[in-house]
Amino acid sequence: MSLRIDARAQLLSVAAAALALAFVSGCSTMSQVGGVVGQATGVMNADQAEALNKSALAIEKTFQDITPEQEYYIGRAVAATVLVTYKPFDREQANAYLNLIGQTAVQFSAKPETFGGYHFLLLETDEVNAFAAPGGLILVSRGMVRCCKTEDELAAVLAHEISHVDHQHGLKAIRKGRLTSALTTLGAAAGSSLAGGQLAEVTKAFEGSISDITSTMMNSGYSRTTEFEADKGAVVIMKKMGYNPAALVTMLERMQVQLKADNKGFGKTHPAPEVRIAELKKTIGTETQPEASPVRQERFQKSLGGV
Amino acid sequence: MKRQSKRWLGLGLIVMIGTTLVAGPVTMSVQVKSGQVLATPSFLGKVVTRVNYGDRLQVLEQQGDWSKVTLADGQGGWMHNSALSKKKIAMKAGSQDAQTGASGDELALAGKGFSSDVEADFKTKNRDVDFTWVDKMEKIKVPPESMQQFLKDGGIQPVEGGKR
Ligand SMILES: [Zn+2]
Repeated sequence: MSLRIDARAQLLSVAAAALALAFVSGCSTMSQVGGVVGQATGVMNADQAEALNKSALAIEKTFQDITPEQEYYIGRAVAATVLVTYKPFDREQANAYLNLIGQTAVQFSAKPETFGGYHFLLLETDEVNAFAAPGGLILVSRGMVRCCKTEDELAAVLAHEISHVDHQHGLKAIRKGRLTSALTTLGAAAGSSLAGGQLAEVTKAFEGSISDITSTMMNSGYSRTTEFEADKGAVVIMKKMGYNPAALVTMLERMQVQLKADNKGFGKTHPAPEVRIAELKKTIGTETQPEASPVRQERFQKSLGGV
Repeated sequence: MKRQSKRWLGLGLIVMIGTTLVAGPVTMSVQVKSGQVLATPSFLGKVVTRVNYGDRLQVLEQQGDWSKVTLADGQGGWMHNSALSKKKIAMKAGSQDAQTGASGDELALAGKGFSSDVEADFKTKNRDVDFTWVDKMEKIKVPPESMQQFLKDGGIQPVEGGKR
């Protein structure tokens, strides 16, 4: 919950800064802090200091956390933005199967219930790529599916993405200063609906947050530690669900080969598969090859064979 | 917990002043759009009923990641803890709770912050961002029975019987 703590600390400092500004400009949105505005002395008396504290506390308490509902709206816009660059792969049976594995795997994660639930969609591109938008909208490329030869391996890919959502890695990519401006506006508007100018300001913070998340997911990538955390979480999900987590390793071995051709997608945003494998082996030990299952293989081929 | 104590007093129940221990069930809110109440503390359980965002319910006991709940209409079952919040969720901005200044520790304002209003504003300012497929993918919902069948057919045996 470092996000929450940071946000609180920043809210206090932003509130203080906003009040300091009010000293100079007489900014009307802060006029509810009686006795402060208009006294451009630069020195606060006890009443003024108390007023500042109260105001800062009010803001801090009202918006100390991103609610699941807000996470949901962030996730929707992140997914929609990714879909500007990557077109969906519109094949019903393939997407239904993807959701069957994915939504079942979600039940074995730490937080299976999100505001709008988890949903999965294939992307048209040959690039080896996958995106986990906050709240559980997960996009997986055809190129990524081709790294998987079994249902178990695809489950491993999805478990890694679910783990990103579970750990709120997307939200943590939002630049720290981003939310404070929006939250200050919201603090001033507590108890009423947003007026035009205020809405515009919150939308601006929203746009900024979406851009922070999508540029991280699509270009710069998360840190190695973050990716290792997602892999670890994937192993936990796989084990609880009843798949052999070694499928994540066999998938990564194939990905290593696929990625050689280009430096796009996971080649750009994720640690090299061999690095992830080395890290994974610390967690799962030396597991045997996942055993083949004719039923699983048949349904995998039937739904995704041509993808 | 002050607010809750007041409510209990109002109901004429005995409250030990100065203690935080309140006998009886704890009231919680549904923090997801649509939550499922199950017959057993596992996603393998049958769906008893569904509850909506902001609905208040009584939690009688907890078992691991699961809470045993009773709804206002008397129906009951199990919900995963990730669907529940201790906060009261005020469904409309400017409602009573918002005006009486309940703090963020106790209250979450539905539709505040990044909300459908903000999404609508975002859409008008970013015409190239199309939400059609986002709406479409959100409609893909796998019912619990299909998940069970999927596991069974594939010979996949979950550890500890499910959602844990
Ligand atoms: Zn990742």
